[in-house]
Amino acid sequence: MCFSCFTQNFWNLLVLGLADGFLYALVAIGYTLVYGVLQLINFAHSEVFMSGAFAGYFILNGLIGTGSPHGLSSVAYVVIGIAGGACGGGVIAFLLERVAYRPLRRRHAPRLAFLISAIGASFFLYNLAGKEFGRDAVEIPAPFTNGPVFSIFGAQVTTYYIVIAVSAIAMLVILDRVVAGTRLGKGLRAVAQDAETASLMGVNIDRVVSQTFVLGGLLGGAAGFLFGLNTGVVYTMGFTPALKAFTAAVLGGIGNLRGAMVGGLLLGVVENFGAGLFGTQWRDVVSFGILVLVLLVRPTGLLGERLGRSA
Amino acid sequence: MGYLGTGTLTGTEPARAGGGAERPRLGWLRRLAASDDARRLGACVAGFLLLAVMTGPEGSSLAPTSGFSGSLLHPRVFAFIGLGVGLWALITAKRRYGDRARRLSEAISAAPRRLLPNRLARYGIYLVALAFAIVYPMALSQFWQNVLVDQIGVYVLLALGLNVVVGYAGLLDLGYIAFYAIGAYSAAYWTGALPVHPPITLNPFWAIPLAIFAAMLAGVILGAPTLRLRGDYLAIVTLGFGEIIQIVATNLQSVTGGSSGPASVIPHFSVNLLGVHYKWGLGDLPYYYLLLGFVVVILVTFHALEGSRVGRAWTAIREDEVAAESTGINVLKYKVMAFSIGASTSGFAGMLWASQVGYIDSTLFTVQLSILVLVLVIFGGMGSLPGAVVGAAVLQWFPWFLRVHPLFGFQPEDLFIYLGALLVVMMIFRPEGLLPSRRRKREISLAEHGEGTADAMTEPEGAEP
Repeated sequence: MCFSCFTQNFWNLLVLGLADGFLYALVAIGYTLVYGVLQLINFAHSEVFMSGAFAGYFILNGLIGTGSPHGLSSVAYVVIGIAGGACGGGVIAFLLERVAYRPLRRRHAPRLAFLISAIGASFFLYNLAGKEFGRDAVEIPAPFTNGPVFSIFGAQVTTYYIVIAVSAIAMLVILDRVVAGTRLGKGLRAVAQDAETASLMGVNIDRVVSQTFVLGGLLGGAAGFLFGLNTGVVYTMGFTPALKAFTAAVLGGIGNLRGAMVGGLLLGVVENFGAGLFGTQWRDVVSFGILVLVLLVRPTGLLGERLGRSA
Repeated sequence: MGYLGTGTLTGTEPARAGGGAERPRLGWLRRLAASDDARRLGACVAGFLLLAVMTGPEGSSLAPTSGFSGSLLHPRVFAFIGLGVGLWALITAKRRYGDRARRLSEAISAAPRRLLPNRLARYGIYLVALAFAIVYPMALSQFWQNVLVDQIGVYVLLALGLNVVVGYAGLLDLGYIAFYAIGAYSAAYWTGALPVHPPITLNPFWAIPLAIFAAMLAGVILGAPTLRLRGDYLAIVTLGFGEIIQIVATNLQSVTGGSSGPASVIPHFSVNLLGVHYKWGLGDLPYYYLLLGFVVVILVTFHALEGSRVGRAWTAIREDEVAAESTGINVLKYKVMAFSIGASTSGFAGMLWASQVGYIDSTLFTVQLSILVLVLVIFGGMGSLPGAVVGAAVLQWFPWFLRVHPLFGFQPEDLFIYLGALLVVMMIFRPEGLLPSRRRKREISLAEHGEGTADAMTEPEGAEP
């Protein structure tokens, strides 16, 4: 315990926490969306995150190589990287639903079977990635020069944080509009509220479920790329962030989109405050402690579970 | 093409999905995609191509496609495509001439049952198996005796414990190895091997009850609050718990020795009781027989448990939690019981293993091991004692067999690719496992027809939706 480390670094920790929080929020959305339509935890979402990071890495590696872009080209590379990460995540999420979920859904398999199949898919994917792409961490070539842009109360806000915040907010707003306003969103909400009735009304459940996985996969993959920009890309990278994102989803109320956003930000901040208090090696323990605490005290999360209402 | 195979389409939907105007040129493609045969062929070939990649050469971060091209742009790919087509032909033939094939396969699978008309014959088989398990290891080489203890015996014990949690109670525990770690660290603590010293230093044999108690206590502490919640929350909490135990063991260096382990060695077992003196040493066989003895005791105990009031309560909870609750079964109590029985078995296995190996460190207790034990249970058959034993033995022996014989080019670090794929394939095609418990198999098929749940994943009564 070190209160002075905490108070001295308060603003730094806050900035760091918000940056982490935006990423958790993006990943948490994936859990919450799938939970909304299937009432299942998608254990393989961590691998969606990892695939996004790898996709972004390969694309930027091919485009940038050893150069150091700046100005408008930086913006373009960031957008390309995010789009590539999102596509990677989306493709893996789509395949995941097809292979590990749909056959079981057809058979009305017990829920235990879904969880086991998803865990199996997760192990399959990340170990295969380790085999195919090498088992050492690699760095994504920097699309921009990272450096302090401005500071709040002495805490320096770097380009990286701004990139995360801007792109995450943009994606979250788009998602919010998609779920609230489009035909896909309507179908999604209908299935979340009552799948059987929705199918009687002509909603094609299979397609909605598939689209939901892809939607979550897009955000998760983009988050994977953004995360990988800072920490590097390695095949085991998905596990811990995904566990935390799940915590964020539960914290905000699973099935609740805005809850996932709020939960992500809150978890990021609290976790970094905890790290400031107890030391960084206890970071993961802090967020896991929060998960257990939330489940004990308020299992429905801060904003409550709301399946199938527009955000 | 999801809409092609389902019965839930409406009149407007296919047109919209087709993008308005249909292109007649691709009509044949659509018809092909709509045909079940073609889709099955595609799935078979895709599956085997994936297998070609799994077994193919490794890639690297500099040449990410080299692994794929080395396995797919290589003559070996034709063998895999051939296997895929062959499998498809088999499936198609089975669908065409299924009745005759089914009768044949039923006759074959019924034959052992006819040979085992009564309990006596079954006990005979068990006795023969036991005799085999006693005699055969003596003929093995040093290497295989070691594998038999460290890789098979200990994992049979672990699988038996997890079988209670997953098989009997229908709960998913993904942090099972955390209790194994707790058992191992208790053994190290009570024998004075850790940097912190116990009030009295014990021989590992006397540390057994303490290690079991510590693991059980951890199980109750973790289980009692989380088992009130949905079953899938338990899975994720245990997953996190497994990670936390490892982090704590790494970070508390002054207590556990951290990732480099404690400096002193955990002593071997010895018994000094009522005139019997025996000390287990470096040899593997004595430990093997010790393990075998414990496995037999646990098998008998769990078999009795399965048929007891407790076992029937678990069955009731699995089949229909609400109905079980309304007949007066205290659901939470029985879930916690199953969870802590599993935890203490795991702790016991960890304790045994630690005193055999003599050394532990925090890097050994990874989440992979939890998943490995889960695969052993699923493969053998959830809820089936012979399944757990045979599944663990076969699945733990096979990678070692592949590793020893260089012919197969098996890379140990690829193991979890295969195990992960095995879990998915088992869940799709044979969720009841290799040697299913008859009851569990019936439950799963009943659940698929809308009766009961076959797991304990439903929300307990009283929890807010």
